[in-house]
Amino acid sequence: MGTRDCGHESAMSKPSAGEAGHTGDWRTQRPVVDDARCAAAKTEGAACFRCWLYCPEAVIPREAPITIDLDYCKGCGICAEECPTDAITMESEASADDGGTEED
Amino acid sequence: MATVQQPETSIITGNEAMALGAKLCRVQVIAAYPITPQSQVTENLSGFVESGQLEAEYVTVESEHSALSVCIGASTVGARAFTATSANGLAYMCELIHWAAGARLPLVMGCVNRAMAAPWSVLNDQQDSMSQRDAGWIQIYARNNQEIIDNLIQAYKIAESVHVPVMVCYDGYILSHTVMPVEVPTAEQVDAFLPSYTPHTILDPADPRNINQVTLADPRANEVGETCHGYMELRYQLQEALGNARARAVEVDEEYGRHFGRSWGGMTWGYKNEDADVLLVAAGSIASEATVAVDALREAGCKAGVLAVRVYRPFPERELLEGTRNAKLVVVFDKSLSYGYQGPICADVKAALYGTGGGPAVHGYIAGLGGRDVKTRELVEATQESVRRVEAGETHKETGWINCQF
Repeated sequence: MGTRDCGHESAMSKPSAGEAGHTGDWRTQRPVVDDARCAAAKTEGAACFRCWLYCPEAVIPREAPITIDLDYCKGCGICAEECPTDAITMESEASADDGGTEED
Repeated sequence: MATVQQPETSIITGNEAMALGAKLCRVQVIAAYPITPQSQVTENLSGFVESGQLEAEYVTVESEHSALSVCIGASTVGARAFTATSANGLAYMCELIHWAAGARLPLVMGCVNRAMAAPWSVLNDQQDSMSQRDAGWIQIYARNNQEIIDNLIQAYKIAESVHVPVMVCYDGYILSHTVMPVEVPTAEQVDAFLPSYTPHTILDPADPRNINQVTLADPRANEVGETCHGYMELRYQLQEALGNARARAVEVDEEYGRHFGRSWGGMTWGYKNEDADVLLVAAGSIASEATVAVDALREAGCKAGVLAVRVYRPFPERELLEGTRNAKLVVVFDKSLSYGYQGPICADVKAALYGTGGGPAVHGYIAGLGGRDVKTRELVEATQESVRRVEAGETHKETGWINCQF
């Protein structure tokens, strides 16, 4: 069998980013940030970061302007829900230009 | 001058044999919850630990679910672990029984066979362990108290080489509470036979890893790009390991014979089976009783023999196929039932013989549920009834119920 070379008798993995695969491909909606409305962007990182605080997948670094790692963002929408300035909107993956993340 | 200690013969119960066996195997972690008829196993082992006769961690737990969980944890960090239970206790472990097999942990469990509730019963049948046959454990059934201690010592050797847990099964009360002469091996003998446990996977804080994490359907690359098994490949390996356990069980039993002067037949054992026209098939103490039935049948002119299942999982398919080739009739006595179908051993024997062209008739009987006494006379009469039916040309017979007074 093609997987014999791993030599594992039971399932195991090292704790590391991506050890469960590119989980971003579960997403049906993606968060899109509007820097013109984002408090963190407008204050150059001095304020807010509620999206960073609430993101359950830790895919939003505490840096301005806000970036979201779409390889692992599952599109739960909590960041958009918690954003006090409505700077994050959820857009359908079906209408996104690049069709989401590349999967191997 | 040092004297070599010789094994002593003691008159002990099956439960005492199991506890002494665990001590001789130098188990390092014991977690068990007392339940009738297993309780003396836990009592004796806690006594060994308390008195310093056994250097082990005895973890008192609040349930069987926790008992097996503790053993799984202990085995994962590299300890030789032991537990024992019966019936509802085994059922309470159910989730972890599957886990231990999938995690490929070489645990050994004593299963003192008892009927499943409802209605409540503390007496013997084999419904408890038979209900767990599909979980991926090796199951060995003992015919007497000597075999209990011997099977346990063999079980660790098998488990630790194929990385599959083993259930050492023996009949509640009939063996667990009955005294018989048992030759108890010396510690030196067991140490020479059973080396200390070398784990195949060890959880180590210096080398952290996720073990038995969520595993997706398909194989995929790990963090360094190696392709790793998906769920199905891991389960295929478990099946392969159970397959390898067949040869391993035979080898270990033979090796045991060289060390201790006793071996038990490997996957199956026979009694007057070589020239038999009629073979009685069963597992555990009822198979031992069937040898007495065979003597009576032979006296009455029926060329009968016993072909007993010692290792039930993996199933001794080849041994049964070859062992029944010259028989006209196979009569299977099951002390459990796959409700809505038939006795599990009977169904497995039929499956093993299917498609081989001709072959003997296979008749199944359910016996001894919930402690109903099974008399040798009843095994004889059931066999004679089946012989009559086969001679009358009946190819199919419904499952019979021995001494069910309905």
